[in-house]
Amino acid sequence: MPREKILFAGGGTTKSWKLLLGLRILAFIATFAAAIVMGLNKETKTLVVATIGTIPVKATLTANFQDTPAFVFFVIANAMVSFHNLLMIALQIFSRKVEYKGFRLLSVAILDMLNATLVSAAANGAVFIAELGKNGNKHAKWNKVCDRFSVYCDHGRGALIAAFSGVILMILVSAVSISRLSINSNKFSTAAAVASP
Amino acid sequence: MVKLTKRIGALVLRLVAFGAALAALIVMVTSRERASFFAVSLEAKYTDMAAFKYFVIANAVVSVYSFLVMFLPKESLLWKFVVVLDLVMTMLLTSSLSAALAVAQVGKKGNANAGWLPICGQVPKFCDQVTGALIAGFVALVLYVLLLLYSLHSVVDPFLLQKS
Repeated sequence: MPREKILFAGGGTTKSWKLLLGLRILAFIATFAAAIVMGLNKETKTLVVATIGTIPVKATLTANFQDTPAFVFFVIANAMVSFHNLLMIALQIFSRKVEYKGFRLLSVAILDMLNATLVSAAANGAVFIAELGKNGNKHAKWNKVCDRFSVYCDHGRGALIAAFSGVILMILVSAVSISRLSINSNKFSTAAAVASP
Repeated sequence: MVKLTKRIGALVLRLVAFGAALAALIVMVTSRERASFFAVSLEAKYTDMAAFKYFVIANAVVSVYSFLVMFLPKESLLWKFVVVLDLVMTMLLTSSLSAALAVAQVGKKGNANAGWLPICGQVPKFCDQVTGALIAGFVALVLYVLLLLYSLHSVVDPFLLQKS
């Protein structure tokens, strides 16, 4: 019976097991790509700052992800979530024969939910800062950055898209984990109802 | 008896979370300061930044949701749905807090490499009110994480936790 398989064979190859594994692999790829692309985001440009006589004065400016704390948080959080997904994939593959005692399945579901909120925080914080860099802000007199550092902005855009798809995938992973949890507990409650008087 | 205290505890938690989200919303909306130097008058409102607008909207949604869930009867079948919605609300809260915090940090410290000057020196009361709203939002977030764990525990059979 598929319900027993979840508990006693550590999952086996039921449909929910395969679905969860597939979703976790996709979420791992998405968050890992976001962390890597933003982590290697750097652009150096030599710009003409002023002109003295006929000689232009050039300055070398660097756009680095480390200047913005929101992007640093983005890289760290995506790295943490991708590590969590990797750990859960390993757990799923290598614990097929292990029995799921009471607290294990619950902790997987709770960790999935907490990591979903973490990656959503990271992606959202970075996207609002990126919007400031793209459009500037007239009220605070902050000018745009993207018109000069277009490669930096393009890479940032790619990393943000990967992170948002990671958010959606983590929500799906949480949903499947919680449904596996409730199937497992249904089996327990029916067994208890049968066993007790 | 234990079940009753648990339910009352959850209700109190949700009431405090509702209060915190409402407080964050109100403090952010009423933050407005006008500063003038030389002949230029500068007015700082929460609508200047997109992140603050999103913060206000997210906290409004969370407040309304908390208020409605407080009145949900115990035997309703909607409690399974409440787990999903609690997760969605927690994600809304974290994302809005993270965005507002990131923008407020740039406003306070500036960004030397991008040439963005900090604005907190010119409008200190606005900055203080925004800080207060962010703290209230953070309290609401922590309470919502606890509520999420409690909803999960109460919907999934608690029998699971006692199984050896």
